[in-house]
Amino acid sequence: MTRLTGGLIDRSRTLSFSFDGKSFTGHPGDTLASALLANDMRLMGRSFKYHRPRGPLTAGSEEPNAIVALRTGARQEPNARATVAELYDGLTARSQNSVGSLSFDLLAVNDFLSPFFAAGFYYKTFMWPKAFWEKLYEPLIRHAAGLGSLSGEPDPDLYDKGFLHCDLLIIGAGPAGLAAALTAGRAGADVILADEDFLPGGRLNSETHALGDASGSDWAKATLAELASRPNVRVMSRTTIIGAMDHGIFGALERVSDHLPEPAPGKPRQTFWRIYTKRSLLCAGATERPIAFRNNDRPGIMLGSALRSYANRWAAMPATDVAIFTNNDEGHRTASDLLAKGMRIAAVIDSRADAPKTSRYEVLAGAVVTNTAGRLGLSSISVQLASGEARKIACQALGVSGGWNPNVHLTCHQRGRPQWDDTLAAFVPGGALPPGMSVAGAAQGIMSTAGALSSGAAAAVAALSDPGITAKTAPLPDAEDAPVRITPLFHVPGKGRAWLDQQNDVTVKDVKLAHQEGYISVEHLKRYTTLGMATDQGKTSNIGGLAVMAEMTGKSIPDTGTTIYRPPYTPVSIAAFAGRSAGPDFRPTRLTPSHHWAAEQGAVFVEVGMWLRAQWFPRPGETTWRQSVDREVLATRASVGICDVTTLGKIDVQGTEAAEFLNRIYANPFGKLAVGKVRYGLMLREDGIAMDDGTTAHLAEDHFVMTTTTANAVGVYRHMEFCRQCLWPDMDVQIISTTEAWAQYSVAGPNARRLLQKIVDPAFDIGNDAFPYMGCGDITVCGGLRARLFRISFSGELAFEIAVPTRYGDALMRRLVEAGQEFDAVVYGTEALGVMRIEKGHAAGNELNGTTTALNLGMGGMVNKKKDSIGSTLSEREGLNRADALCLVGFRPVNAADSFAAGAHLIGRDDVANAANDQGYLTSVAYSPNLGYTIGLGFLKNGAGRKGEVLRAVNPVQDAETLVEVVSAHFIDPEGERLRA
Amino acid sequence: MIIPHPLLGPRDSQEFTYLGDVSLIDRPDWQATDAVDQFHDYLYLRDNPAGLHRELWFHEQGDRSWLVVTRDTRTHEITGAELARDVAHTKGRST
Repeated sequence: MTRLTGGLIDRSRTLSFSFDGKSFTGHPGDTLASALLANDMRLMGRSFKYHRPRGPLTAGSEEPNAIVALRTGARQEPNARATVAELYDGLTARSQNSVGSLSFDLLAVNDFLSPFFAAGFYYKTFMWPKAFWEKLYEPLIRHAAGLGSLSGEPDPDLYDKGFLHCDLLIIGAGPAGLAAALTAGRAGADVILADEDFLPGGRLNSETHALGDASGSDWAKATLAELASRPNVRVMSRTTIIGAMDHGIFGALERVSDHLPEPAPGKPRQTFWRIYTKRSLLCAGATERPIAFRNNDRPGIMLGSALRSYANRWAAMPATDVAIFTNNDEGHRTASDLLAKGMRIAAVIDSRADAPKTSRYEVLAGAVVTNTAGRLGLSSISVQLASGEARKIACQALGVSGGWNPNVHLTCHQRGRPQWDDTLAAFVPGGALPPGMSVAGAAQGIMSTAGALSSGAAAAVAALSDPGITAKTAPLPDAEDAPVRITPLFHVPGKGRAWLDQQNDVTVKDVKLAHQEGYISVEHLKRYTTLGMATDQGKTSNIGGLAVMAEMTGKSIPDTGTTIYRPPYTPVSIAAFAGRSAGPDFRPTRLTPSHHWAAEQGAVFVEVGMWLRAQWFPRPGETTWRQSVDREVLATRASVGICDVTTLGKIDVQGTEAAEFLNRIYANPFGKLAVGKVRYGLMLREDGIAMDDGTTAHLAEDHFVMTTTTANAVGVYRHMEFCRQCLWPDMDVQIISTTEAWAQYSVAGPNARRLLQKIVDPAFDIGNDAFPYMGCGDITVCGGLRARLFRISFSGELAFEIAVPTRYGDALMRRLVEAGQEFDAVVYGTEALGVMRIEKGHAAGNELNGTTTALNLGMGGMVNKKKDSIGSTLSEREGLNRADALCLVGFRPVNAADSFAAGAHLIGRDDVANAANDQGYLTSVAYSPNLGYTIGLGFLKNGAGRKGEVLRAVNPVQDAETLVEVVSAHFIDPEGERLRA
Repeated sequence: MIIPHPLLGPRDSQEFTYLGDVSLIDRPDWQATDAVDQFHDYLYLRDNPAGLHRELWFHEQGDRSWLVVTRDTRTHEITGAELARDVAHTKGRST
């Protein structure tokens, strides 16, 4: 057990957890990685491609190696970083990427085959034969590759979304962020301070230097306590700012319950916040980078800063014999801290010839690590001394310090490019930052604690001056102020594989090969080698890869350039992005006023846009949907049927120029429609294609009510507002959607009038003379309830549509059904509605499908050429008016027993079924219970002149073919006598 | 993005629906001798600038105003937002 003294863990409590089925213990404050290290577990995973044994490289969110699956069952979460997974009692974790056990991975054979798996391997190897790709290569690769797997079960937890606003968003609660928050908080500004860690403080929790009289972590704790007491400051721990979006909008992921076995009742697992702020201050710190050398990926080899974090914050060490490899002064800080914790420092290998000297441990100046040994964990390193001599040093841990990269990511989310700083040998924020963003502390390249504190406070003062808040720099404690001393070294030249991107198994050799094959641009390098494309997005590897490429091309690192930084900063689950918009709540569900009545009747519902509509109403004894639908159709045509048509769009049009407005919106004329009359209208898009159709009723001199199809209600309204505001801004016309204000029912069939007469108040005569076909008017029903009545028909029967204010919709439906009992009235759903409109030959959504014109629909004559209307000019285009243009006609099977399907294409009897011989296609097909056979509507080239012709309806999808005859689209009552009865 | 609505102040762009170039206001005269050509150009020909772009947005989840928003297509910086009705007036449109 290598649990040290001290640390920021709560030893008064012990937590048990399991990893790969074995039980361990840890303490509150531990991460999964720190607890495993404290249990002498260095091996935590296998690499993606070569299945190399791996342990943690880091102690933070940049971790490439220690990737595990957390939890089991429906809550299983793949690809979690053990370095940031907060320990809780009962946590279960499993390693990934191993076939067999973690210590004996069957696919480790890939490592011996590595010469075949170099960069571009997949592109080069699996080229041919083509047929092998889908059946052999891809399944093979998919099985071998990939990271963790999903449980396949629905996620039981709740995810939420939230919105926050503030004067200043401070990103990162290290020394710079805390100093900034103190300054801004005391000035009274509304501040959000967000930190990804569960223990804010950044490196203050991992370093040993003091701030004034206190330890760094104590100062952080005291500062956070003050901030928490201020109502104007919101400290958000466990919250990662994942992206800097446009106009001061930031995405933030708060892991509300990830540290608990399961969320508290009613609490979300995670909340995705949108933070709106004009001013942001990035204090995201810096990430240490490794140095590449042969076999630098063994468990036990870590970043020096990670070793300090494990030792100081978590009192956990992977081993007691530790060596350090560094190109800057950080390695010596690591050595001092570990000595103080009782570790043995085997040596500090400092690549700089002028390395600082000390008597406390051995310093090998000008030396480099050339190789390592140890199958499942580090056992020794090979060092090449300044003299050129080789030396082997036994150690179980190696701390590598290659310099610090400021976390510039968010400064680049709007395509800003960072600048190279020679002193730091790293990129710092530069160019155009996202508007309103400033940077402080290590993220800005200010690497000392004192510098971080003062720059954070100063940046807060500056940021607040713009919204006019006067802030004073908070008094700050004395802190270390060491300069950065680094001699860049990115990789140690030599044989063998030196790893740059450990998660995606990209080596120095791969980068060299990419260069050799001409992939010189960094963006090409990234995609060809996959460097930086893993879940860690190359936080520890990108700069190393760039440096190797720069060396190859003979260019400088800044001239080589970086790849583009994109959100999210760390991975975000899709569930968090979705929030509550999942499953049935993916989008709102709209219910009609009679929905509950229909549900009581056992209706089967169908989604139509956001609406749920009754599709049919099964009766006892009916075992197939067709039985129900046939019954509804026959009963309606025999007596009377009732259908809920509330979902149709309704647009109220008022004003002295309302008629002229409609005249321009519709292709057919509306200027002379009498009050009390309804007219069918066809609306075109400006390109001459049919957009929507419906009826418009003229209720009063300056008042019309338009109906649209259910699906196009929103788009038609938008279009009309565009015409009204942008094209004819001075027309006296006002429009508003009243779709949800009125419940509307169709009452259709020979007994429709008799049924309605029982409901409509006696003052209103709805007889054929007083209320003829296409009449409309305001009436009252049921003893004074205001209503609208329209004598329109979609079914071809004598029919009315009756509308009442929405809140009376349920009552009216019940009243209609009750009144209809003496006529054996049925209630019919959308299927029967569809059958009857096909029988009548009415076009609907299948025919107005975004490719058809008025001419195609057989309504070419309706487009009035004597007025201006949307689409009329371009409907005259030659291409839309060819002699062989498609025309809507009807189809019936030659053999009445045959059926066919919508979508089938029409081919001449003796022609080959191919695109060249295509004569058109079927759009709507139904079984007509009135005729006793299948009927269809479809578009046929020059269809109007081809009645009686026999064609083949070819359906290659279902491998079916039927002989069909071209007939009139009006199967029922072609003269329209029923309508006018 | 945040759109500075001329009547309602800053509003989230999610409340809006995008249409396209402001030139859609310039609907040609249907009685022109070359009306078909003019309508063709009106409907299909657009400038695609890298830089300032005046474009139509509809405040669908709001007050149902059509706006003309001036946006830099490279940075998404929005430098202006006007009521489309006012813009239509300046372009001489009336009834």
